[in-house]
Amino acid sequence: MTKWLKDLVPFASLLANLQSGSLMTSPTIDLHPPRNPGMPLDLSWFDRIAVNTPAAQARAAQLSTRRSLKKEWQAAWLVNAIRCIDLTTLAGDDTEARVARLCAKARRPLADHILDGLGLDHVQTGAVCVYPTMVRAAVRALEGSGIPVASVATGFPAGLMPMNLRLAEILYAVEEGAAEIDIVISRAHVLEGNWQALYDEIAAMREACGDAHLKAILATGELGSLRNVYKASMVAMLAGADFIKTSTGKEGVNATLPVSLTMVRALRDYGAKTGYKIGFKPAGGLKTAKDALAWQILMREEMGTEWLQPHLFRIGASSLLGDIERQLEHHVTGRYASSSRHALA
Amino acid sequence: MPTVKEILETMDYGPAPESASEVMAWLKDRDDFGHFIDGGFTKPGDGFATENPATGEVLAKVTQGSAQDIEAAVKAARRAAPKWAGLSGHERAKYLYAIARHLQKRARFLAVLETLDNGKPIRESRDIDIPLAIRHFYHHAGWAELVAEEFPNHAPHGVCGQIIPWNFPLLMLAWKVAPALAAGNTVVLKPAEYTPLTALAFAEICAEIGLPKGVVNIVTGDGATGAALVDAEVDKIAFTGSTEVGRIIRRATAGTGKALTLELGGKSPFIVFPDADLDAAVEGVVDAIWFNQGQVCCAGSRILVSEAVAQEFTARLTARLHKLRVGDPLDKCTDMGAIVHPTQLARIRELVSQGEAAGATLVQPETQLPAKGSFFAPGLLTGAEPANPASVEEIFGPVATLTTFRTPAEAVQLANTTRYGLSASIWSENVTLAMDIAAQVKAGVVWINCTNQFDAGAGFGGMRESGFGREGGREGMLAYLKTPEPKAKPEAKAPDFAAQPSPDTPSTATIDRTPKLYIGGKQARPDSGQSYTIAVKGRELGLAPLGSRKDIRNAVEAAHKAGGWGKQTGHNRAQVLYYIAENLAARAGEFAARLKEAGHDPKEAEATVQRAFYYAAWADKLDGAVKSTQSAKVTVAMNEPWGVMGIACPDAAPLLGFASLVLPAIAMGNRVIAVPAQSMPLMATDLYQVFDTSDLPGGVVNIVTGPRDELAKTLAQHDDVAAMWYCGGPEGRAMVEAESAGNLKATWVMENRDWAQAQGRAFLTRATQIKTIWVPYGE
Repeated sequence: MTKWLKDLVPFASLLANLQSGSLMTSPTIDLHPPRNPGMPLDLSWFDRIAVNTPAAQARAAQLSTRRSLKKEWQAAWLVNAIRCIDLTTLAGDDTEARVARLCAKARRPLADHILDGLGLDHVQTGAVCVYPTMVRAAVRALEGSGIPVASVATGFPAGLMPMNLRLAEILYAVEEGAAEIDIVISRAHVLEGNWQALYDEIAAMREACGDAHLKAILATGELGSLRNVYKASMVAMLAGADFIKTSTGKEGVNATLPVSLTMVRALRDYGAKTGYKIGFKPAGGLKTAKDALAWQILMREEMGTEWLQPHLFRIGASSLLGDIERQLEHHVTGRYASSSRHALA
Repeated sequence: MPTVKEILETMDYGPAPESASEVMAWLKDRDDFGHFIDGGFTKPGDGFATENPATGEVLAKVTQGSAQDIEAAVKAARRAAPKWAGLSGHERAKYLYAIARHLQKRARFLAVLETLDNGKPIRESRDIDIPLAIRHFYHHAGWAELVAEEFPNHAPHGVCGQIIPWNFPLLMLAWKVAPALAAGNTVVLKPAEYTPLTALAFAEICAEIGLPKGVVNIVTGDGATGAALVDAEVDKIAFTGSTEVGRIIRRATAGTGKALTLELGGKSPFIVFPDADLDAAVEGVVDAIWFNQGQVCCAGSRILVSEAVAQEFTARLTARLHKLRVGDPLDKCTDMGAIVHPTQLARIRELVSQGEAAGATLVQPETQLPAKGSFFAPGLLTGAEPANPASVEEIFGPVATLTTFRTPAEAVQLANTTRYGLSASIWSENVTLAMDIAAQVKAGVVWINCTNQFDAGAGFGGMRESGFGREGGREGMLAYLKTPEPKAKPEAKAPDFAAQPSPDTPSTATIDRTPKLYIGGKQARPDSGQSYTIAVKGRELGLAPLGSRKDIRNAVEAAHKAGGWGKQTGHNRAQVLYYIAENLAARAGEFAARLKEAGHDPKEAEATVQRAFYYAAWADKLDGAVKSTQSAKVTVAMNEPWGVMGIACPDAAPLLGFASLVLPAIAMGNRVIAVPAQSMPLMATDLYQVFDTSDLPGGVVNIVTGPRDELAKTLAQHDDVAAMWYCGGPEGRAMVEAESAGNLKATWVMENRDWAQAQGRAFLTRATQIKTIWVPYGE
C-alpha cells in the first residue's frame, strides 16, 4: 500500500477491499490470459536498448507493402478491427445523451443490411471509452451487452495533477463501473530518466485499479525518441500494466506505425522474459479503414493472430468506425457508400 | 472462397493477385520476338523459349542472336553514333526524359512483365526495380543536359556493348543504357537469356518515344551471343554478371583497347555488433538475403554476429524467417517468389548441401512450397565456419551463412577474408565504431544500419574480384566518357639483360657505385645474384640488379607491411612529398648531370621536383562527395587508395616518367612496386637515397629493376596486388590486361608519351577507387 492511497479518505470502502486484497485475488474472466502481476524494476531489461529510428520507419513502411488484403479477407479484417475498437468520446462537451448515442453505436456498429451482407449475426466494438464522469451513463447504456466501459483517468490527458487526486480518480471511475482504466503517465519521469518514479507511479495506479485492467498511455508523441518509447513501455509492464497504449489523442503526434512497432517489440520482449501477454492499444491518428488494416498487419506480423483479438489488441478511435462502415457497405453492395446513410456514433 | 465468418476465425491474409491480363495480351500479340536493331524488330529466328519460373509455362519465344546479328546491331549503332554524340546535351536529355516518363506511365505493365519473366515478387518489381529504373533515367536525363559543362574535354567512347544479368533485368538495363546514352554513346545490349522480355518491352518504348534508330539496339541470346558482342567492333564493354564470365571477358578484351567495366559477384559481410538494434538488423537480413530470392550480387550473404548477442540474434532471425511467405510472385502478400530458372535452383541446392556436408546446419521454415515452379525455401546456414564452401562460394540464392566473431578487429578480418569486395552492411548504434569498420572493410558500397540501398546518384560497384568501375552518379558517367589520348612517343630500345661481363663497354665511374633493389625501405641484392649492364654510347654507366619474380614477391610483401601509409592524413603524406621535393632539389644538379650523362634531358630533375610539389599539393585535396540520394540518408563517396599497386614505368624519361606515375599513386595512399625504365633504371635507384632522407616510410615505394615485361607479368599475375599501371608497347599492354584477370585487378595501360605534360587529376582518380557509404539518420 502506497502512501498516496493511504491518504485517500472518500473511497474507504474500496480501500478496505484493496487492503484485504479481495479485489486483487478475484478470478479473471476466461477470455483473458493470466494478468500481468508486474515485476520488480530491473533497469537491465531496458536501459541499453537500441532502437534505430530510420530502420523502424523502414520496417513500418514495408508492413503495408508486403501484405495486402482483398475481397472477403479485407472485409473480415475490417470487421475484426471493429471488434477491437475502443469507441471513444473524450470531449469537453460530452453529455450523458451523447455517451448513450455512442454506446448504441458500439452495440450496433454496422447497419443490419451490411451485417447481413457479410453473413454475420452480430458485431460489437471492443469497449467504449469515456471520461470518469461519463462512466455511469455508459455502463447504463451498455447494460447487458457485455461491452466493457473504459475510463480515462489520472488527470487525462496531461496527467499533471497531484498523485492522490490521480489515484482518487481511478478509484472513482472503478466505483462508477469502469472495467478498464486508461491512465496517463508523467512524461517528466521519462524525460528525466527517472524510471523508479515512473515505476512507482504506475504500480500505485495498478493497485488502485484493483480488478479493472490498467491501460498505460505513454503519450509517445511527447517522449522524444523511440528508445524512450521502449523504456517507458517496459517500465509500464514491469509496474503491472495490462495494456500499453500509445497516445491520448491529444498530443501533437499520436499513434504512428514506427512507435507502435517499438511498443509491440517491447511487449514481445516482456512476454519472452515473463510469459505474460500484454495488450497493445494504438490511439489517435487511426482514421481510415486502411489504417485499421495496417495496424492489424503489424500485430499479425510481429506477434501473430492472437494479438488480433480484443483481449490483446484495441484501437482507440472515434471517426475510424465511420470509414470502416462505408468500406464494408461498398464490399456488400458494390457501390461506394455515403456516411449520411449510416447511424451516427 | 471462405466466408467472412470463417476468415474471422483464422485471420488469414487470403490471395491478393496482381492481374497479368494486360501483359499476357501483349505477349499473345507478339508471340515470337526478333532483335531490336536499327530502330525496328528483326524477323524472329531460331531461338529459345523464355518461361515463367513460377509455373514453368512458356511466355514467349526469343531469337538466339548470332555473330551476324551482333554485327548488324553494332553497325547500326556505329552509324547512329556520330549524330547522337553530335546532338546537344539538351537534345539528348529530352530523349532520356521521355524514356523516364514512358517507363513511369508503363510502370505497372513493366512490373508485371518483370515478375512473370523473372519470378521475383510483384512487391519488389513494383516498389523497387521499376521505380529505381525510372529514377535512373531521370537522373541521367540531367547528366545529358550537363555533360558538356561538367565533363569538359571528355567524349563518349562510341559504341558500347552491354551485357546484363537476369536478377534485375530492367534495372540493370537502366544502369547500363542511361549513362551510356547521356554521355553520347550508342549501345548494343544483350539481356540475359532467362529474362529478355522487359528489355524487349523497353525496345518498344524506345520506338514509342521516337529515339533515333540505331541508338539503342537489343540482341537476345545466350552466352555465345554475349561472347560475339565482346568480340565485336565496339569501343567499350560493360558487363554485370558472374566473376567467372568477367574473367573471360577481361582476357578477351585484353589488348584490344576496348574500355571495360565489370560488376561481378560478391559474398558480402553483414556484421552485427552487440550494440546494434537487433530487430533492425533482423529486418536487414530480410532485405539482404531474402530479397529477390537472394539472387543479388551485393546480398549480405555472410552474417557475422558478435558472440555477445549471437544467441539472441539467431533466435530472433529464426523467428522472422518462419514468417516469410514464399509463393506466387504475382501475389501482393508474397515475400519470396521463384528462383529464376531450374538450373539456378539446382545450383543453389548443390551449394547448400555442400555447406551442410561441411558441417553447417540449415535452418529453414516448414513452408509449403508451390507444387510446380522453381522454388527454394529461405534459409540460414548456422555454424558455417569460414572454411565451409558455403561461406566462400556465392550461392546466389536465399541462404545466408551465420558465424560469430569476438572483437571488431576479428569482424573486419572475417569480413575481408574473401576474394570479393562488393558491399558490406554494418549494424551498430555507435557511429564511432560503425565508421571505423566502414573504413576498414574492402567493399565498394557500405551500408551502415541498412542494406541494399540504391540510387542513381550514388556510385555502385566492387573492389577486388567483384570488378571495377562504378555505376551511378558522376563516377558512373566517367565510365562512359574518355579523355583524348596523349600523343604516343617511341620508347628506348630494350637493353641486353645478359648477366655476363661486357668488356666492350668500360665504366666511366671514378668510384664504382652499387645500385640495389629497394624493398621495404632497405637496399636489397637481387635474388638472382645477377646484374645487367647499363651502357650509354659504348660506355658503362653502371650495373643494375637483375630483378626476378622472387624480388617482386618480396617487394609486394614489404608493400603490404606498409599499410599505415594509406591511413595517414593527406597532410602527412603531403609533408613527405614536399620533403622529397626539398631533398631532390638540393641534389638537382647531381641528378641533372647524371641524366645528361645518360643521354636524357637534364631538365627532368627540375620537372620532378615540380611534380613532387604538384602531388604534395593534391595529397589532401582529392575530396570525396556527399551524394544527393534519398532523404535522411547521408551518402558519402570516399576516395580510397587501391592499396598495393604495381607500376611498370616507361622506358623513357627515366626520372620524370617514374615520378609521374609513382608520386600520384603514393600521394593517394597507395604503396607501390615500381619497375623503373629498364634501359636506364639508375635514376630511380639514385632516388631511393632521397626517399630515405625524406621520411618516406619503408615499403611505400619499392623498386625492382630488370626486364620490364617479365616483372610486369609477375605483378599482373600477383593476387595480392590490387591495381596495375603499365606503360609500354602493345604486346605488353595486352599481356598485363590478360594476366590481371586472375584477381581482376584494375589496370591502366598506356603508351609512352611526353612526360613533361603527364600530370593531372586523371592520375589521381586512376590511383583511387570510390567507396560509397550510406548512413541513414533520424531520431
